Amino acid sequence: MIVTGATLFGLVAAGLIGVGLYGLIVNPQPLRKILAFNVIGSGVFLLFGVVARRGAALGLGGDPVPQALLITGIVVAFSATALAVTVLLRLFEETGSTTLASDAPAVASEPVVDAGTGTAALPTRGG
Amino acid sequence: MIVDAFYAAPALLILALGVYTTFVRDTFPATVGFLAYGLLLTVAWVQLHGVDVALTEAAIGGGLTGLLLVRASAKLRATEAGARAQRPSLALRLAAAVLCGCVTLALAITVLTLPDPAPSLAVEALAHIAPTGVGNPITAVLMAYRAMDTLLESIVLLLALVGVWSLAPDRAWGGRPGPRYNADPDGILAFIARVLPPIGIIVGVYIFWVGADAPGGKFQGATIVAAMWLLTLMAGLSDVPPISRRWMRVLLVAGPAVFIAVGIVGVITTGTFLAYPDGWAKPLILVIEFALMPSLALTLGLVLAGAPERPAP
Amino acid sequence: MSAVADVFSYIAIGAGAFFFLAGTVGLLRFPDTLTRLHALTKADNLGLGLVVLGLLPHVDGVLNGMKLVVIWLLVLLSGADAGQLIARAARRALRRHPPA
Repeated sequence: MIVTGATLFGLVAAGLIGVGLYGLIVNPQPLRKILAFNVIGSGVFLLFGVVARRGAALGLGGDPVPQALLITGIVVAFSATALAVTVLLRLFEETGSTTLASDAPAVASEPVVDAGTGTAALPTRGG
Repeated sequence: MIVDAFYAAPALLILALGVYTTFVRDTFPATVGFLAYGLLLTVAWVQLHGVDVALTEAAIGGGLTGLLLVRASAKLRATEAGARAQRPSLALRLAAAVLCGCVTLALAITVLTLPDPAPSLAVEALAHIAPTGVGNPITAVLMAYRAMDTLLESIVLLLALVGVWSLAPDRAWGGRPGPRYNADPDGILAFIARVLPPIGIIVGVYIFWVGADAPGGKFQGATIVAAMWLLTLMAGLSDVPPISRRWMRVLLVAGPAVFIAVGIVGVITTGTFLAYPDGWAKPLILVIEFALMPSLALTLGLVLAGAPERPAP
Repeated sequence: MSAVADVFSYIAIGAGAFFFLAGTVGLLRFPDTLTRLHALTKADNLGLGLVVLGLLPHVDGVLNGMKLVVIWLLVLLSGADAGQLIARAARRALRRHPPA
């Protein structure tokens, strides 16, 4: 059985999607989930890149339509990651924790008052 | 099974680094692993004959995303020990492993049974490239055949920035994003932040300009320019302007606004949104790209700079 | 002429690969941050320089050759700076937590 370069990268992409999905489900840390999500994303991109490579014709190394969509996809994935990371950093700033668990024990039982706005923020949670 | 080592080496390293990034105990090494992973993916893209994609991966997928994640992991280091204690039960982990194994298996079978000969739009893309005036078929797809995607992409980026800004605490609204970096003014970081930007800006504009006929383009070029700006920020040589500055907001929306305006010109002259009148494709594409490039560079830099933290003076 | 160029390329790229290998071994085997940095910055700069040198005879056009050389110079510049920054951070960490 001869495995071409494109097929090999396709199999690697399948592996990356599985590994990333596992990390997304199992790892409790939100930043690791974002990281795992990016691994899934790059796996999907790689799979799409293999489809593009297989569409090579007329002296082009790959089908330009999926390749152009890949560029768009990478930029959109970056946008989503940047927003997710900023949400996470703000959550950490507000609560001192990044836990997603709703039943995590609360460290501070009284509401923390934000000095700047005078509004009561959520109680600080610790994991 | 015969596999070319030329492909096998990067392919296996990519898989190994993907596994490492997902399973390593601490987050900081995971993010550093992700940076190396992005660089190796760039090699894979070159081997898959997608040099345009390789440039995007190196600049945005690996570079900017990697920077974002490394920085966040350093800030969140204190939360790690607590979060690790919330590891799900063995049963859940096993179930997840079985599910993920099935997904991988299904995808692998799909890869091995892809139709032969593969469907391709390459012939179509090249058949209509002459009227667009560009030589790089990927640029033709991005700016002519599927210009709508590129317009929406630039708006998605802008929306991400709006989302990032909207996370500002009330007291900092309208203020400056991120911390003020105080690096040693005579240190090595200040040195490189003085030497590199002139070169980097030329490289960025070059990558942008050759995108018409060779691998490159506005997103890759804008990322390099944004990186140069971030370098001067981190070296403490410059500061981010407060987000309430009007000139900055105008510059941010100028690119997408020009893009939409050209689209409306298409409606008036040809009856279709984003269609270029005969003979006007290349000039209009240039107008869009020249308007988009500074907006993209500013948007990318500001997304990286983060939510406003310091109240405006 | 092309045979001479090929032999030159093989030797230069082979030597470059050797320096990359040596640098990697140093990175894995040396005992502390500063010596590991030494192995990395020295060997990789020289290794990449030799690889670029080996590729030069096969580049079409002076402009493309100059681009390769500029890439090497940029890597030299950023490698030297990153090395300095990491070394400084390592020294600061060492001062804060001196080894027992």
